[in-house]
Amino acid sequence: MNIASRKHSQYAVVVVFGIVALTPFLLLGISSIAANWRFPSVLPSEFTLRAWSYLGSSASGVLPSVGNSVGIAFIVTILAVLISLPAARVLALNRFRGKRVIMFLLILPILSPSFAVASGSHALSLRYGLADSLAGVIASHLVPTIPYCVLLLIGSFTRLDTDFEDQARSLGASPLAVFRHVTFPAIAPGMAIAAAFAFLISWSQYLTTLFVGGGKIQTLPLTLVSFQRSSDDAVTAALTLTFALPAVIIFMVVAGFFKNES
Amino acid sequence: MVKFKKITLLFPAAFVVLGFFLGGLILSAANSLPSPTYARMFADPEVRAAFVFTLSLTALATALSALCGTATALLLHNLARGSYILRTFLQIPLSMPHLAAAFILLSLIAPSGLISRLFVSVPEDFPILVGDAFGIGILMAYVLKETPFIATVVLATLARTGDELDSVAKNLGASRWQRFRHVTLPIIAPATLFSSLFVFAYVFGAFEIPYILGRQYPTVLAIVANRKFAATDLGERPEAFAIAVAMTIVAAVLAWFFLRLGQKQGESEKPLLF
Repeated sequence: MNIASRKHSQYAVVVVFGIVALTPFLLLGISSIAANWRFPSVLPSEFTLRAWSYLGSSASGVLPSVGNSVGIAFIVTILAVLISLPAARVLALNRFRGKRVIMFLLILPILSPSFAVASGSHALSLRYGLADSLAGVIASHLVPTIPYCVLLLIGSFTRLDTDFEDQARSLGASPLAVFRHVTFPAIAPGMAIAAAFAFLISWSQYLTTLFVGGGKIQTLPLTLVSFQRSSDDAVTAALTLTFALPAVIIFMVVAGFFKNES
Repeated sequence: MVKFKKITLLFPAAFVVLGFFLGGLILSAANSLPSPTYARMFADPEVRAAFVFTLSLTALATALSALCGTATALLLHNLARGSYILRTFLQIPLSMPHLAAAFILLSLIAPSGLISRLFVSVPEDFPILVGDAFGIGILMAYVLKETPFIATVVLATLARTGDELDSVAKNLGASRWQRFRHVTLPIIAPATLFSSLFVFAYVFGAFEIPYILGRQYPTVLAIVANRKFAATDLGERPEAFAIAVAMTIVAAVLAWFFLRLGQKQGESEKPLLF
């Protein structure tokens, strides 16, 4: 294929993918500001901000839900990355007996059904008095997020050249300084991706939050599902947009900010 | 002394994951033990139907996503390599929460949805794609969501390997098909397998998409388990835990395969994950 037609093909592919990727947001946006957009109208004729103002009002209970989602995801992200760092380092740089078992136990929560993880976390939180609490929900979100963070950070640490650290230490740098000036810059991209994943996973949790939070802790996924039954299309669309957009944007910003080779 | 230090470093992560997950699992198993729960579960027609439904849905969704994902990766690698915009476009469906994807698809393919409005005059004329007995809508949602995932993983592998092998083969006179079968395929096969295993495990246990796009019967195991868990008849709860334990055993088997594949990859080159 010659250069010109290849360029055309490349444009076509990018455009098609762009349309497929961005159309959902366009549809949600239009639906959220449409008034009475029902069958058979392909395009809405009237527009209103009713759905959005309802979302922002205290009557809908959406704002506390957003606050919970953001707060929980934020704390889960920080905790997950912090806890995963030492574990990933040990797993990446050392060989020891039982490593396979630990890797297996790390992968298992990721591959297990969310119902199993959620009901298990629920049973556990009941036993230790964490049920219906923010702390319990945060702790239960750590189960699906930490394995991902550890696995991602293992990749970063595997690529790390410990010689630089040794050199810095032999030159008299404190462990903290070594981390700040040698280790951290090297693993920062991996940390960013791990953080993005942790945030996304916590943000999207449904069953876990429902079971452990007992319905008392409302997050966006829970609110979205309960609103679906209201059959108010505009409000559902607005809520879906509120749920989907931050997740996509945060992920892309963090992952894109630290783009390295892939 | 060094060994002790290593374990201490692993301890917080291990404690959280092991503690919460395994502890929860053990408690679930304990909760599932009163009375012959497992015998009851295996004989329960609802569970059996759900198992068949879940397995076929998962197998089909994984196969289709693997096919489309690999094909997409090859297409993108050949036509639009290194395109930053394209990578960004691929990241969007990846980071889209499954629940949101379900709602978006619902508004598109429901009988009174957008696509139906383009083609028929009354909602009843549009084929039933959501809440149907075959889970077509559910299947569509999974394929749309997991194809970009598999494509991304395979694309990463393709990007890592250079063109040298392919050029050499071309110079030696190999045809397109020969190059694909003997050069490209062995390179992407592990990546496809790896990501397909992951998709299989996820879809098998997933709850949200069938919940929004499916119906009460037949449905997936996760929803049956949830229903028994929340049932007013508390006698059904042990069975819910039994289903959870059984599904986790399936996940454990898949995890073992996953680990084996990952180790084979790790021995030959850099870790597959990013």
